[in-house]
Amino acid sequence: MKIYVPLDSAAKALGADRVADAVIAEAAKRGVDVELVRNGTRGMIWLEPLVEVVTDAGRIGFGPMLPSDVAALFDDLGAHPKALGLVDDLDWMKAQTRLTFQRCGVIDPLDLEDYAAHGGLVGLKQATEMSGADIVAQVTDSGLRGRGGAGFPTGIKWQTVHGAQAEQKYIVCNADEGDSGTFADRMIMEGDPFTLIEGMAIAGLAVGATKGYIYLRSEYPDAINIINRAIEIANVAGILGDDVLGSGRAFHLENRVGAGAYVCGEETSLLNSLEGKRGVVRAKPPLPALEGFLGRPTVVNNVISLATVPVIMEKGAAHYADFGLGRSKGTIPLQIAGNVKFGGLFETAFGLPLGEIVNTLAGGTRTGNPVKAVQVGGPLGAYFAPHQFDVPFGYEEFDGAGGLIGHAGLTVFDDTADMLGMARFAMEFCAVESCGKCTPCRIGAVRGVETIDRIAEGDADAIPLLTDLCDTMKDGSLCALGGFTPYPVMSALTLFPDDFAVGKKAAE
Amino acid sequence: MPNTPADLAERVAAICTAHAHLEGPMLPILHAVQAEYGFIPEPALQIIAKANGVTRAEVHGTMSFYHDFREEPAGKTVIKICRAEACQAQGGNGLAEAAMAKLGVDWHGTTSNGAVTLEPVYCLGLCACGPAVIVDDTVVGAVDGAMLDAILTEAGA
Ligand SMILES: Cc1cc2nc3c(=O)[nH]c(=O)nc-3n(C[C@H](O)[C@H](O)[C@H](O)COP(=O)(O)O)c2cc1C
Repeated sequence: MKIYVPLDSAAKALGADRVADAVIAEAAKRGVDVELVRNGTRGMIWLEPLVEVVTDAGRIGFGPMLPSDVAALFDDLGAHPKALGLVDDLDWMKAQTRLTFQRCGVIDPLDLEDYAAHGGLVGLKQATEMSGADIVAQVTDSGLRGRGGAGFPTGIKWQTVHGAQAEQKYIVCNADEGDSGTFADRMIMEGDPFTLIEGMAIAGLAVGATKGYIYLRSEYPDAINIINRAIEIANVAGILGDDVLGSGRAFHLENRVGAGAYVCGEETSLLNSLEGKRGVVRAKPPLPALEGFLGRPTVVNNVISLATVPVIMEKGAAHYADFGLGRSKGTIPLQIAGNVKFGGLFETAFGLPLGEIVNTLAGGTRTGNPVKAVQVGGPLGAYFAPHQFDVPFGYEEFDGAGGLIGHAGLTVFDDTADMLGMARFAMEFCAVESCGKCTPCRIGAVRGVETIDRIAEGDADAIPLLTDLCDTMKDGSLCALGGFTPYPVMSALTLFPDDFAVGKKAAE
Repeated sequence: MPNTPADLAERVAAICTAHAHLEGPMLPILHAVQAEYGFIPEPALQIIAKANGVTRAEVHGTMSFYHDFREEPAGKTVIKICRAEACQAQGGNGLAEAAMAKLGVDWHGTTSNGAVTLEPVYCLGLCACGPAVIVDDTVVGAVDGAMLDAILTEAGA
């Protein structure tokens, strides 16, 4: 009997380890030979812990499982009260286009044979036979844009580093994933770490970098552990090291752990942190592509950007570019979070209207109350209200609607949300996390909290002051921490003026 | 563990040596020192500075920039409650308030019996199963009042 119980930290947070223990115990009790595989998550977090049992028909899912549900897995499977049917046939799975996440939840994350049996290493093998310029061209043609938030074309960034002359170049993976509402990076690092490693090795071959770093946030102890083990395995297998897959070309990879600073997700701050300094933002130019880690040419890419490269190499640039909408090509792993009925990760071509994501995929709120607001793109992203739900999910489309898609996390709030409180939180967060280098961010955020408190106390004059302050932060900040905090603040103020109504709090 | 100044100097110097081959070893060194002692003991700064050819002020500047590094020991168990938006949408604020009331501490506070330190954290990547908490290195999702009580009791608060 072969049983899958996820090791993903969302599954663990919901009790997967206890379910796995129960499987072992029950199997021993019954004298049944069980092969227990700890897989990543399929992304249906509301069903976690989602246990899968392999049958002749395919993998049948059961969830959300409690340890007390385990014994019945050893009886008539069809009669199990938590039976969901074949996992691949579930609506949530069938409706997706899984490219980046094709293996996540399917394979044993640390089993290289399983990885290779599901299309792994095809891309890297091809890359070893190509020139760097050809690899860069393929990534450019795919239309892949940075998934870390800014949406910069990945191929063009690589081209710059490829063209730079230097003794040593670097690939740096931004795994700082600080945005609330996002967990795609974590999910793939825990569920399919070799994809990221393969993508980084391809990037190294493309631009001529022989050394790579993953900068992984300390808030992810499970991902850190899995990535460390995956790097060891990849070194032994010759995927990393002096001779990548026998190509004669080297790529060495090291995992580095952050230390709890949101701003270190900003690429120049990240590079300072990696160098062992305070994570203060650098002025650009020089671009990191030309003067990055230790002043040398450096590709800095998000986890998902890099983890998408193998499938682009495997299936071809055109296959990837055929999906999507306008200049937003390919697929995007939507991360559906907050107060929703069906939370999790859903990879799909760009272009789904926001309302379809919130009302259909997410199924509305878990509390059953009406949706009040959706924050898209993390703590620096704008709030959206239901009347804006027809905007399609794409970089330009969201920009046009006064927001951003960021790392594609969506946080849903029901009608109990206090939007003045959320605006205040955005300023407070900016104040706590500011690197301190520029005044609009460092001082502006503190003033922002004070100004919102004045509004809450009934001071009408503070509203134009808040608007002015946001303009100053937007125009004057060195990076998007201070520069984009006005997005959630101003969208909350404009879309939900009642929550800022003067006298409301005073009258209460 | 005997912890004389000489022991500390020797141990911290050994940690620095073990990391000397790295490019940009400072964060790995600070993490390793904190893993050993539970915080960054003040005398360690001078040793780290010397080993890395920087000033003590620079080491202190780096250490103090990051939320993770402590200048004082924490309680026996560190409980971090996510304060970020997705957890707020799922009742995170109420959970945090309940925890503070039960423990009688504010953020960063340690209970008088030294059992628990309460910290805020901004995102554990458990945004679809909040509110989320991390107890030392163990993640817990969809935490309600009863689960919080159980966590605090087990930690001896
Ligand atoms: C305050 C701030 C935080 C950021 N956090 C992250 C992060 O956690 N992960 C990430 O990939 N990019 C983050 N970014 C964006 C990076 O600066 C950079 O654009 C990205 O790593 C480039 O990779 P990409 O082109 O693959 O997206 C952040 C930016 C800012 C201003």
